[in-house]
Amino acid sequence: MRRRSDWASPMEGVSFEVSLQIEFEHGRKALIVRLKGELDHHTAEAVKARMEEAIERGGFQNIVLSLKELDFMDSSGIGVILGRYRQINSKGGKLIVCDVNPSVQRLFQLSGLFKILSIEDNERAAISRLEVMS
Amino acid sequence: MEQNFMKLQFAAKSENESFARVTVAAFVSQLDPTLEELTDIKTVVSEAVTNAIIHGYDNNPEGIITITARIEDDVVYLSVEDEGKGIEDVEQARQPLYTSRPELERSGMGFTIMENFMDRVEIDSSKGRGTKVTMMKRIESKKALYN
Repeated sequence: MRRRSDWASPMEGVSFEVSLQIEFEHGRKALIVRLKGELDHHTAEAVKARMEEAIERGGFQNIVLSLKELDFMDSSGIGVILGRYRQINSKGGKLIVCDVNPSVQRLFQLSGLFKILSIEDNERAAISRLEVMS
Repeated sequence: MEQNFMKLQFAAKSENESFARVTVAAFVSQLDPTLEELTDIKTVVSEAVTNAIIHGYDNNPEGIITITARIEDDVVYLSVEDEGKGIEDVEQARQPLYTSRPELERSGMGFTIMENFMDRVEIDSSKGRGTKVTMMKRIESKKALYN
């Protein structure tokens, strides 16, 4: 039998196909957006377009953005999140980001996004924050 | 001295961004990096390749991007190179939040991330001839634990 090599591990589960999925849930207080997979320049355009549309069409004021199942993000993700923050902010609404992993946290810190974004541990905490505010 | 080398060439298409960072990460994994170090490497490759696609080649998929990775003991040297239009003002491009394309919802954090995640970053660019980003990072190998 072939011995499993340590080399294999970073390639495990890698697929070069569609690498990002977006899930929307219409909550009472907010549009909940869950990003799954990899947010880079390649996938950022679709994330931008789909979120923009969902916000406008649903007339949502608040967004809860869950990054729980986001496996990778680079500065293109910062651009998209900042863009949605501005979109929601101009409507007087609130964008809360939750389940931020350590590497995304570092990107938020470097870009100064930490200072302007509201961040919560999980979706439940994000939603209760919105309820307290209203 | 332990040495290894690889070279990768691909079309300047955004779908290759993930291919590029995963491939480089797989090569670097022979140094047994931590998950954080591996994420750092993936992120900087993604940033440099994205720059080459958007800025170097203006999204022209006929452009070619070349990546080399060299390992010398516990140090990784990476280069990401394009033959695109080059950067007019490298110092300006290195500034946090600077973007030459504000209409694109870019964060302007690419070089800042590279400088923070790697130990050294050099940018060699000339107008009309292209850009080469060379980066270096020491991997704090976990192997030391087993000795």
